[in-house]
Amino acid sequence: MSTILKTNRRDFIKLAATAGGGLMLGFQLTSSVASAMEEVSDVPVVTGTIDFNNYLSISPDGIVTLISPNPELGQNIKTSFPMIVAEELDADWSKVRVIQAFLDAKKYERQLTGGSGAIPHSWERLRKAGATARYMIVEAAAKRWGVPSSMLKTDTGMVLHPDGRKLSYGELATEASSIAIPTEVKLKDKKDFKIIGTAVRNVDNMDMITGKPLYGIDFYREGMVFAMIQRPSAFGMKLKSVDSTAAKAMPGIIDVVTFKNNVAVVGKSTWQVSKARKLLKIEYEAEGTIESSTDHDRLFKELMESKEAVVRRKDGDVETAFKGAAKVITREYQCPFLSHSPMEPMNFFAHVRTDGVELVGPTQTPEAARTEVAKLLGVPNDKVTVEITRLGGGFGRRLKTDYVMEAAELSSIIKQPVKVIWTREDDMTGGSYRPAVRYRFEAALDASGNLVGYKLRGVGINVGNSTREDNFPSGAVDNLQIDSVEYKSPITTGAWRAPITNFLAFAEQAFLDEVSIAAGKDQVKFRLELLERAKKTPAGAIKYDIDRMKGVIELAANKAGWGTKKDVSQGFSVYFSHRTYVAQVAEIEMKNGRPILKKIYAAADCGVVVNKSGALQQVKGGVVDGVGHALFGNVTFKDGAAEQKNFNSYRLIRIKEVPDVEVHFVDNGIDPTGLGEPALPPTGGAVANAIFKATGKRLYNQPFTKQEEMKGVNLGERM
Amino acid sequence: MAHYTLQINGKSLEADVDSDTPLLWVLRDNLGLVGTKFGCGIAQCGACTVHVNGAAVRSCTLAVSAVGSNKITTIEGLSANGDHPLQKAWNEVDVAQCGYCQAGQIMNAAALLTKNPKPSAEEIDNAMNGNICRCGTYHRIHEAIALASTKK
Repeated sequence: MSTILKTNRRDFIKLAATAGGGLMLGFQLTSSVASAMEEVSDVPVVTGTIDFNNYLSISPDGIVTLISPNPELGQNIKTSFPMIVAEELDADWSKVRVIQAFLDAKKYERQLTGGSGAIPHSWERLRKAGATARYMIVEAAAKRWGVPSSMLKTDTGMVLHPDGRKLSYGELATEASSIAIPTEVKLKDKKDFKIIGTAVRNVDNMDMITGKPLYGIDFYREGMVFAMIQRPSAFGMKLKSVDSTAAKAMPGIIDVVTFKNNVAVVGKSTWQVSKARKLLKIEYEAEGTIESSTDHDRLFKELMESKEAVVRRKDGDVETAFKGAAKVITREYQCPFLSHSPMEPMNFFAHVRTDGVELVGPTQTPEAARTEVAKLLGVPNDKVTVEITRLGGGFGRRLKTDYVMEAAELSSIIKQPVKVIWTREDDMTGGSYRPAVRYRFEAALDASGNLVGYKLRGVGINVGNSTREDNFPSGAVDNLQIDSVEYKSPITTGAWRAPITNFLAFAEQAFLDEVSIAAGKDQVKFRLELLERAKKTPAGAIKYDIDRMKGVIELAANKAGWGTKKDVSQGFSVYFSHRTYVAQVAEIEMKNGRPILKKIYAAADCGVVVNKSGALQQVKGGVVDGVGHALFGNVTFKDGAAEQKNFNSYRLIRIKEVPDVEVHFVDNGIDPTGLGEPALPPTGGAVANAIFKATGKRLYNQPFTKQEEMKGVNLGERM
Repeated sequence: MAHYTLQINGKSLEADVDSDTPLLWVLRDNLGLVGTKFGCGIAQCGACTVHVNGAAVRSCTLAVSAVGSNKITTIEGLSANGDHPLQKAWNEVDVAQCGYCQAGQIMNAAALLTKNPKPSAEEIDNAMNGNICRCGTYHRIHEAIALASTKK
């Protein structure tokens, strides 16, 4: 069935035709979905007062141009958004061009990249935009041929007459601009999709692989200066005094400027400022607690017993359930801080002029960058422009605006256009980090191995709520309590790809593995039974889709041949996070007496897969990221300073350490959800559970390679 | 400050820089060749890989004074039209996510294929182990190199 959607005529506006003719439609990517679709306005189509936020143009030579509003950091949005429009338009994909939009908060309500949310946010609006333009093109063809539009079909940028005549979209574009915008449009039946669900290559491929200047760090403006900033040597320290005499005397140095706790060296080239910065003589003094990882280990243990936890969810009577239990299992899990370490280090260009502020660079959240810079400099928001460059990775680091504000503040002081560059050491030691967290899980089993009680406490450092209280197995256990304790530290933290769940999922899935064994049940069956239980007699609110979760569990188990393989140790995990369901089976083989992580099967339910190529990449990349950080990721602190400063001591996964990854998608036609994050959380659990099966050793803390249990075990290379 | 004439991508290019300036920063700041990326500055990630007389070298730790008349190739000069077999394979396999490390990956792989046109799976991984991809596109990096090695 195709869907008919009423469109508010205010949703679309025809913009003045371009000089060479053609069709240009403005549409709202942002109006609240429900009302925009139901209400049919009687306002004349062209009022001239509505600010449209996205543009679709078809030029007389058939080129379809679209604006992509969201920052692109490798999640492939710049390719997948236009695919959705092109699908409904029936466009010729080879003629589609995509332009990255500048920040325009009036026009885009969600111009940020985070939370795997862009596709679900815009899916229907993008489809409507494509369908509206297609309608107008078809009407234009009907008019030209003098036939009813119902006779006509479209395919790959052509309108087809039943007698074999054809007109290209380009030929019709100018005429289409005089067709009234429809009040309702028909969306395609999903089974008729020709572009969505196929593998479409990244629209920026050629630019990336020929070295074009795409990234913030590549930005250059005639007359700009370069700067590096020396930030405090440790968290909890503030600036006491600066002697910049030697630095200032270095060649190419223009100035050394101090603001807040920053000492900025400004000069004519990156290398010159980096050399001069080393000659700064700076004294710091303590202004907060100066913490080491040993302090955190102690704090975690103390706060685990805190009487002041915030209760996040409580179902049934936990006390009684544990008192009457036949078996109680208690386990604790801990993870370290992690660096985001996107390959492109932090950088931003700022030019604070008397008439306005120009910002250019890589940010996941351009609107916040603008608002905070405006506030900092005391200028109105609309005097600040933000040009969004491609991002050399983000992983959450560029949701923060510290590096943008620094650049703006420095430019306002030196009154020059400046590009501030962070070195890798600046990035790794300057924060922010994935928060360190410790969890305690407790399970109560009755005599028949039923899970009758469940407790989870999370203790986190600058983490907020370290739990996700409504995640599975909540809803499947009658007596359940989930609470959290937070410790405030001077060490700055922030969202890190799949916030909270990036470690919580490992801990939970490793714990459930132990519980299922204690209950005498197969790990997969144990989970399926709990889900069945949640379906029949839900305990409290259920905030995940039971059938979709079962779907990925069964798909992963089936594809991996769960429990049927000899000479292979399998570990299972499943997790629902960031709107998408992913189950994984990790496989370990023993080679010369050591366990080799050979393969991971992943089954994902993200609804409709928009771009097969991009989706596969997101899942494989998420799994690789999950393996790498579970095995190696580790930032420790000594006297307030990060001990890992670059990739020689902060280990990221490399090509030889990557297992094969086989990905399967559930094909259920449900509207799409995001994939930038959800494949990562289940990975650590699947790997740890496989390691247990292979070696009999349980892992409770990350990174796995640093654990006592793994001494002498090389988990790294797969060959 | 000293004057250098460098042989880059088949051209003679001039730069006035301090003699200890890494080639990376001469390329990026002085010559506008920004396809070569800064990743770590200590030859640990491979984002800055260029060719010196055809061999893969980390330009972040190669002082400009040591370059002399050796022939430098950067990603911008790897092919005339982005049609080196590896670039074609990179597009065909759709390797990149954020794309930041990919120029370095391609340059490193190109040097491998010059030395060893038909590398085994193990030889590919051994040669590429010095290049980090934070997005985790390693499977496709491997696949693209294997694909390019079948074409010439």
